[in-house]
Amino acid sequence: MNTVLQREAPLVAPERDDDAIAPTTQAVPRHPLEPSSRARWFAGITVAIYGVISLIPLVWIIMTGFRSPEDAIAYPPRIVAAPSLIGYVNLFTTRSRVAPEALAALPPPATWYEKLVRQEQMVLAGPSRFADRYLNSLVIGFGSTLLSIVLGTLAAYAFSRFRVPGRDDWLFFILSTRMMPPIAVAIPIYLMFRSVGLSDTHLGLVLLYTVVNLSLSVWLLKGFMDEIPREYEEAAMVDGYTRWQAFLKVVLPQAATGIATTAIFCLIFAWNEYAFALLLTSGTAQTSPPFIPTIIGEGGLDWPAMAAGTTLFLLPVLFFTVVLRKHLLRGITFGAIRK
Amino acid sequence: MQTLQWTRRGLSDRGMAWLFVTPTIVLLLAFNIFPLFWTILLSLTNYRANHPGADLVWTGIQNYRRVLGNEEIWAHLQATARFLVCSITLQVLLGFGLALMLNRRFRTHGFWSTAILLPMMLAPAVVGTFWKYFFQPQYGIFNQALRLFGAPEELSMLADSSLAPWAIVLVDTWMWTPYVMLLLLAGLRSIPPYLYEAAEIDRASEWTRFWRVTLPMVMPFIVLALLFRTIENFKMFDLVDQLTSGGPGSVTELASITLKREAFEKWRTGYASALAIILFVAVYGLSLVAVKFLEKVKQR
Repeated sequence: MNTVLQREAPLVAPERDDDAIAPTTQAVPRHPLEPSSRARWFAGITVAIYGVISLIPLVWIIMTGFRSPEDAIAYPPRIVAAPSLIGYVNLFTTRSRVAPEALAALPPPATWYEKLVRQEQMVLAGPSRFADRYLNSLVIGFGSTLLSIVLGTLAAYAFSRFRVPGRDDWLFFILSTRMMPPIAVAIPIYLMFRSVGLSDTHLGLVLLYTVVNLSLSVWLLKGFMDEIPREYEEAAMVDGYTRWQAFLKVVLPQAATGIATTAIFCLIFAWNEYAFALLLTSGTAQTSPPFIPTIIGEGGLDWPAMAAGTTLFLLPVLFFTVVLRKHLLRGITFGAIRK
Repeated sequence: MQTLQWTRRGLSDRGMAWLFVTPTIVLLLAFNIFPLFWTILLSLTNYRANHPGADLVWTGIQNYRRVLGNEEIWAHLQATARFLVCSITLQVLLGFGLALMLNRRFRTHGFWSTAILLPMMLAPAVVGTFWKYFFQPQYGIFNQALRLFGAPEELSMLADSSLAPWAIVLVDTWMWTPYVMLLLLAGLRSIPPYLYEAAEIDRASEWTRFWRVTLPMVMPFIVLALLFRTIENFKMFDLVDQLTSGGPGSVTELASITLKREAFEKWRTGYASALAIILFVAVYGLSLVAVKFLEKVKQR
């Protein structure tokens, strides 16, 4: 991930190009689809300037995680600062301040992080809640992804292969649920969860995220299923497979890439979701997005700890974005645009 | 409707179809349609979620009258509209520019087209949190960057009521320009080369080619980007809740922030439900257009 972020891009216009189209007429020296080398230079430099500026916030927040609290609030801001792991230590621990005399009386620190904490005139009090919240994000993310993929695959297969009455209307209805403002349905869901005891439970958020992701999962998977030729299943069924066996043994393996892609999209959504998590959880089942902002509040303005938490939270998403890069367009258009 | 078509493999296919579709439909009904009707019911009452035992009074459309007659709500809707217009204009201009440049396929275009996309996949709430750090008056790097261009020493993007709306426009643009770029790049790549060839034979200038070929062909994608961004930004909650929480005062209080304050801070559940239904109708109308448009672009 870091290598991608930090790679220097050579701003050179290419001599060779892969997809140039041969000129159609002798009179036209350069094909209109093939920009001049000056145009490419200009394009490359413009995009690189935008790209560098838009990546600065990400690089800066990752760097802030490795700074001391003093360097993080230095005025004017420092580009280079001594590396420090105190942000990560503070992220995972709670500490309390002690008087210098009491600190001197303590036995020498046993671990490197305890030593770091002592340097700040503090002693370790225990673990923070960050690891729990991160784990909640993982459990709820993977749980809801699994459910929405299983249900979505079944529904997508049915919509792709069978003549379900009113198919287009159902598909339309499914997609339209994606467009609902979360805060608008949050009121009754809050009341619903309160009355059936799903408030602040993992199950509650898993169910909710499953439903929110279903629309995306059905639409994306239907797109992938439509691309698998029906002849494969028909051939299998001629060979004596039942429809169910053909689905399991022929269609599912063919759809594996599509299922994986869809799963990553669902996972990223559940991982990033904030509004429902904020309103429906407070402790046990709270996920990272509502928790990370509260890090700043604990013990003054601890920007390095916030940055460290943000870094750990964002890295998986950055990684998966790079993995998904060829499919992102499909994801944001619900499978409508495939290229 | 088309029952006869099923007979080739008998009832098993039909049964399977229903078996496969039903769980999805049931869940969507339970978590989307049922709550929606519940919201409509609540909007007709004086219910307060923090006093569940209190007497419930049917108030008819009084909540709707109060929402629509409330000047503050209109002020918030205006703030939302201004935010929408500014952020989406910026995103479409920047996104289209970037897409045009990336479509020239310079040597590193593959790397940059991925690197530029990164911000749009991040959690908006967390983005709001760390931009708060960049906007700090003294040690924030955004302010430091502005100072390089001669901005005053003490500039508080988030505390100054004339600057705070621009802060959310700026962060939203940073985050979502890549989205517009990705859609428009697909649009540019879907233009059949023969159109340019024909334009070339007609000796059309580069400018004419842009206005007569590129722009009309990309237009459906621009409209799609506009619709999707409008819907998403109209609903936007996470980013603003973290970045400004609607403040200072209520200058950045977008519609969804108002809704959260009414429903979960002031606990005026009935009133907030009416507001929710009004917002829902507005977004839903747009969504219908967007989905139809998506189908249309799909035909290409």
